[in-house]
Amino acid sequence: MTGSSYSSALTLAAGAVLVCAVATLWLASIRSVISVMAAQGLALGLVAVVLGVHLHDVGLLAAAAVVVIVKGVVIPVLLGRASGASSDARESRPLVNVPASLVASSALIALAFVTGRGVARFVGTTAGALVPIGIATLLIGFFVLVARRRPTFQIVGLLMVDNGIALTAFLCTAGFPFLIELGVSFDVLLGVVVLMVLSQRLRIEFGDVDLDELQELHD
Amino acid sequence: MVLVTIFILPLLGGAAIAAVPGRRSTAWVAVATNGAALVLGILTAARVVRHGPLSGAWGALRADALSVFMVIVIGAISLMASWVGIRTMAREQAEEQGNPARSSRYGMLVQAFVAFMLLAVLAANVGVLWVAVEATTIVTVFLVGHRRTRGSLEAAWKYIVICSVGIALAFLGTVFVYLAALHAGGHSAQALDWTSLMAHAHRFNPSLMRLAFGLLVLGYGTKVGLAPMHSWLPDAHSQAPAPVSALMSGVLLTVAFYAILRFKAVTDVTLGPGFARTLLVVVALLSLALAASLLITQRDYKRMLAYHSIEHMGLIALGAAAGIRLAIAAVLLHILGHGLAKSVLFLTSGEIMAAEGTSQIDGVRALLARRPALGGVFGVGLVALLGLPPFSLFTSELVMVRAEFQVGLGWAAVLAMVAMVVIFIAVVGHARHMLLGPPESPGVAVPPPRWVATPLVGGLAVCGFIGVFAWPLSGLLEAAARVVAS
Repeated sequence: MTGSSYSSALTLAAGAVLVCAVATLWLASIRSVISVMAAQGLALGLVAVVLGVHLHDVGLLAAAAVVVIVKGVVIPVLLGRASGASSDARESRPLVNVPASLVASSALIALAFVTGRGVARFVGTTAGALVPIGIATLLIGFFVLVARRRPTFQIVGLLMVDNGIALTAFLCTAGFPFLIELGVSFDVLLGVVVLMVLSQRLRIEFGDVDLDELQELHD
Repeated sequence: MVLVTIFILPLLGGAAIAAVPGRRSTAWVAVATNGAALVLGILTAARVVRHGPLSGAWGALRADALSVFMVIVIGAISLMASWVGIRTMAREQAEEQGNPARSSRYGMLVQAFVAFMLLAVLAANVGVLWVAVEATTIVTVFLVGHRRTRGSLEAAWKYIVICSVGIALAFLGTVFVYLAALHAGGHSAQALDWTSLMAHAHRFNPSLMRLAFGLLVLGYGTKVGLAPMHSWLPDAHSQAPAPVSALMSGVLLTVAFYAILRFKAVTDVTLGPGFARTLLVVVALLSLALAASLLITQRDYKRMLAYHSIEHMGLIALGAAAGIRLAIAAVLLHILGHGLAKSVLFLTSGEIMAAEGTSQIDGVRALLARRPALGGVFGVGLVALLGLPPFSLFTSELVMVRAEFQVGLGWAAVLAMVAMVVIFIAVVGHARHMLLGPPESPGVAVPPPRWVATPLVGGLAVCGFIGVFAWPLSGLLEAAARVVAS
């Protein structure tokens, strides 16, 4: 791959991760949000593929395959199945409405570019310059986590935080050694499964509630 | 080889439970494997102190004095918790809310928890440490939610969401450490090993390490339960079955703190002691203030114990902030003493809750008169936990304060002592309520069977013994402190 096509492919793939993050903010239907998360997983895998081809790193390509399988296919399918059985298919009353969420996300992106600049300069590569995109994805994930009240949306928020960090890791260090990457992916997958089982049990016990109605425990 | 065995042993116990579910005898097998892990840990400790660090599993596992010390802590507490857990599960089955499949799943999850905690402290590599800590987070969720009541499900949800965010931040911190290591000329395969990090840390980029350590304290600090990231802790500790509360308080929190201690050593090499110290002093004092203010008005005795854990984590963080060898040795002794005493208390509180049917402080009266065995253990446990002699927490708190004065953190130590006095008064008030007074109705209470009392009394006895005679541990503590303090 030539230098310029490498850099534009990488920018495109990393940018797609961020676009997916923003898209989850204005979609209210859980089905479309899950498809967007699948797309984000695939875009993340693409980042790893582009980097792996550029650096001739087989381990990175293997990591890309794991990311695509786990985050692009397995987790979205599982999430889709779990939400198909439930009636919380829409986020009815988010704590922050859509226009305000979009304004907040642009503020978060600006914040990410300010804070990520130092790291980007330190890494000093084409990939490193894109680190703020990873941080922006992470921040938007946090935002989803606090602004949405349905269990499934919180799982999406956590997943997005994780994708943001994974993107940052790929861009900074071309990923971890493969075995650790494998362990991390496995943990993420297991975590999502556990969260889904737990949200099902919450539904059985409490009915369809928003999470901020859980107030059994307090001091 | 011995390190692999230590890690595998609890898994074998779990496999036994899986193979023959619903039998009490297989649960005893799990207790035996945890005990064997403890014994192996002690033997390995003796060897490490004499001959230096051990490696295993082609360099993936490594045991220096600090790791084996943590193995001993994990082994001792998991032995007690799985032992008393047999009683907890038997009771649950008798109360018909449990079925054999559920109690054997409980047993397997506990064993998996212990194994991952052992892996976390034996890992040679910070990436593996992260994977192991994250795995325990996931395993613990169903243990917290085990009773499937509304409260326990809510606690489990809060626990996994808050801790997942925390552990994600710790991962980002690890990424930045790795970045710093690669730029300092580390080899990708070994760059994340503790030994390699320590060896190259003087060449790491300082501002990157500041960012990384901040994220790591925030991330692993969430699992330690340090304020302001503590909000999951009281809920999870109060809702989980008693043995799980004991394991979380004594093992989970301290293993996460072990990670901070290791990363602090790396950060200190790069930045000098000032940066990590400031950060730890801030979270430590916040935790102490929070624990003190919430303990005064506490109405639930399991939550009381939970907030007490936040206090002790604050004390440990303050000790680590001092950072000299004396302080670290005291921190480690405190980790062991707190783990033993707090586990005994949580396990006893489970018995009290089963006997009295409430976890409210108001609902329990005159325990010493009505149930002398339970009340006695609970009372002595509190004495240990409040840092009174002869128990080891007295010694470790004293030494930590001395070390803090030595490095110019005297003001922080004084603030901590103010918080401790407030907590002391609050807890003694609650305890007086529960333990003393004349019984309302003269009834004969059945004491817990001797096999249940044995680990409880044993735990307190060990805590008292190492408080009076430090010699069996002094060599190990000194060697362990040398690992992370110059």
